[in-house]
Amino acid sequence: MLDKKLTFKHGVHPREFKSLSDHCSIERMPFVEEYTLPLSQHIGAPSKAIVVKGQQVKRGQKIADAGGFISVALHSPVDGTVSDIDIFPHPNGKVLPAIKIKCDPFSPQIRESSPIDFEQMDTKSFISSIQDAGIVGLGGAAFPAHVKFKIPEDKKCRYIMLNGCECEPFLTADHRVMVEHAKEVIDGIGILNRFVGAEKAYIGIEANKPDAIEILAEEAKKSDFPVEVVPLKVKYPQGAEKMMITAILGKEVPSGKLPLDLGVLVSNVGTIACLSDYYRKGKPLTERVVTVTGTAIKRPGNVLVPIGTPMRDVIELCGGITQDAVRILLGGPMMGVVQKSIDTPVVKGTSGILVLTNNEVKDLDQYSCIRCSRCVDACPIFLNPSMMGLLAKKGLWDEMMDYNVMDCFECASCSFVCPSNIPLVQSFRVAKGMLREKWAREKEMEENA
Amino acid sequence: MIGDKLSISTAPFLKDDDSTPKIMFLVVYTLMPVVAVSFYFFGLAAILVTITSVFSCMFTEWVFNTSGDRSRSLKDGSGLITGLLLALTLPPGFPLWMVFLGGVVAIGMGKVIWGGLGQNVFNPALLGRAFLQAAFPTAITTWSPPDGRFFGLRGTNLAMPMMQGKNIDGATGATPLAKMKFEQVGTDTMDLLLGNTGGSLGETCGILLILAGIFLLVRKIINWRIPLSIVLTVSIFSGIFWMIDPARYPSPVFMILSGGMLLGTVYMATDLVTSPLTPKGCWVFGIGIGLLIVLIRNWGGLPEGVMYAILLMNAATPLINKYTKIRTYGHEKAK
Repeated sequence: MLDKKLTFKHGVHPREFKSLSDHCSIERMPFVEEYTLPLSQHIGAPSKAIVVKGQQVKRGQKIADAGGFISVALHSPVDGTVSDIDIFPHPNGKVLPAIKIKCDPFSPQIRESSPIDFEQMDTKSFISSIQDAGIVGLGGAAFPAHVKFKIPEDKKCRYIMLNGCECEPFLTADHRVMVEHAKEVIDGIGILNRFVGAEKAYIGIEANKPDAIEILAEEAKKSDFPVEVVPLKVKYPQGAEKMMITAILGKEVPSGKLPLDLGVLVSNVGTIACLSDYYRKGKPLTERVVTVTGTAIKRPGNVLVPIGTPMRDVIELCGGITQDAVRILLGGPMMGVVQKSIDTPVVKGTSGILVLTNNEVKDLDQYSCIRCSRCVDACPIFLNPSMMGLLAKKGLWDEMMDYNVMDCFECASCSFVCPSNIPLVQSFRVAKGMLREKWAREKEMEENA
Repeated sequence: MIGDKLSISTAPFLKDDDSTPKIMFLVVYTLMPVVAVSFYFFGLAAILVTITSVFSCMFTEWVFNTSGDRSRSLKDGSGLITGLLLALTLPPGFPLWMVFLGGVVAIGMGKVIWGGLGQNVFNPALLGRAFLQAAFPTAITTWSPPDGRFFGLRGTNLAMPMMQGKNIDGATGATPLAKMKFEQVGTDTMDLLLGNTGGSLGETCGILLILAGIFLLVRKIINWRIPLSIVLTVSIFSGIFWMIDPARYPSPVFMILSGGMLLGTVYMATDLVTSPLTPKGCWVFGIGIGLLIVLIRNWGGLPEGVMYAILLMNAATPLINKYTKIRTYGHEKAK
């Protein structure tokens, strides 16, 4: 092909599996009996509950305040009663404080809400209104959106960059949002830009979503703000923030710096569509699109799930799982988090529920590292996973710093290509954790001294 | 619905298809035509040398590997490759007991002693051959030319252990490189390509080695930088001297097609374990090998230099890895 798609160097090509659900329109999850809303569904301080047990709440009503600047509010997904405030299993594996809400079976669940007049707002009140709407990055990390949108005074936002790559195999939630809610996405850019004053917006989309590219490009023409839809090469991890910036602008984000240092504000397409929902329709973040897929799901699809719905109910809506299911993940197969139970709730960061069979999950024999350098040629940020893997095996965490282990964003490309099935990225996660813990301990000792 | 079958491990759950045994066996398959041609040219003698070498390597792997999982270290196929490659570097009339000894040294001292697959610094097959060359300089430079006989044994194949043995047929012929070095006589390019020359089992048929190399490159088993840099360096470096004095120095075409050059370039220099990890390092490694080959062949005491060129650069590989670190994304320069 003559038109070469933009991309980054290195990376891998896992099988996509997107056709399982990429044609399925977003369907609405029916209301269920009870919802569990963990107070920490985002990166940062947990929210603070402002309701008490037994209290009646309305759908969209705020039930917890932000617990600090890097924190967001939380809203009830249904009309109902607060049935419990206690600690419950969280999808991240821990047991954390959460609010349980019993759904009112007789409520029509219709909510009166009106648009929010953002045109009169100044930047400060805009930022706090986003925090109050509970909006976080929907790509998976769930970083509070208002923190990202607050441009420090010494920095300038030149480009708004929307991430519609969705490079993880299996996941199609962003794809469906772009196809079905293109208008909201473009509108959201307009709203955001009133307050950040960028020159231009880009929407990066992997070329395997031609319908999304076409619809968004059409919608972008109607916008009075310049929005360019950029088709990107299908390659993992194209959707990593740094990789998308490099593909579109041809620049690298300096180590330890933020995209904003290059004048770029990156956000997931779904997050931006939330802005439109909130300001035009008055809807805070109480539901999100979740891809329910995998070879062990009987009827894969994309579901609009109220936050707090037990995963079990979402899976049952999709026909349940087959007998040979062996792994349940939240997120994609490359970076997703393994679940030990399906009785944890869908949270704001849940982009997919993925159930795999033993066709994908194999207990593979591990061999010695043969230094084939496939991991070196795969790593999108040019690390040397082979050397780091040998050091990690010996527990030489400090020596791994010479190989910039902290730069690793755990995309798992190295483990994907390793022919000897060495758990490379897995050991880097451990190494990073060990180093962080060690530094924290050292700092503590210094402070005590 | 979900039983207690759920076990816990962490992402990623997708894997590339290539596994280490698969890579090793792909290399073995590409070697098959080369081995078959050596059987065609040298008959029973070649078959015996190959079988002995492979058996010796696998046997040593099994005997020495007492601590680890024996079946797994045999299953990964790397011992088989070493056995085949060692055989391909030996003359067809080589005494079988020496072949066996070479296999023991190749695996024992070339691989197991370092900690097994992946830990060795030197290419095991070449280390085995270097040992044989040092120990039995006469036997390893006694070449019987292809002569159309299939069933006859050659040279000193059946020498008793610890004996040099008596040359059965008495027929010896110089390799093209030796002819060039000591008699300044060239060999026809077509003969070099098709294999109608004297030499080790696997260094006669150039065209098959080139095809195997292309397959391994396309299949991304070997790093393209290494063969390319070796061939380019040898062509340019030897080409300069050939243009200065074509009577005295061999042409680049002869340089590339003769001796162990192709076998070494395709299968030994590109040995994953003993070549550098970094792209820049691969260039340094390849250029180093190319320079050493031309130096040894043109001015050294030996007609052939591929083996020592590769072994010397193998020794430099850890250092090359250290000084050609890759610049991490978002960093100004490499640490």
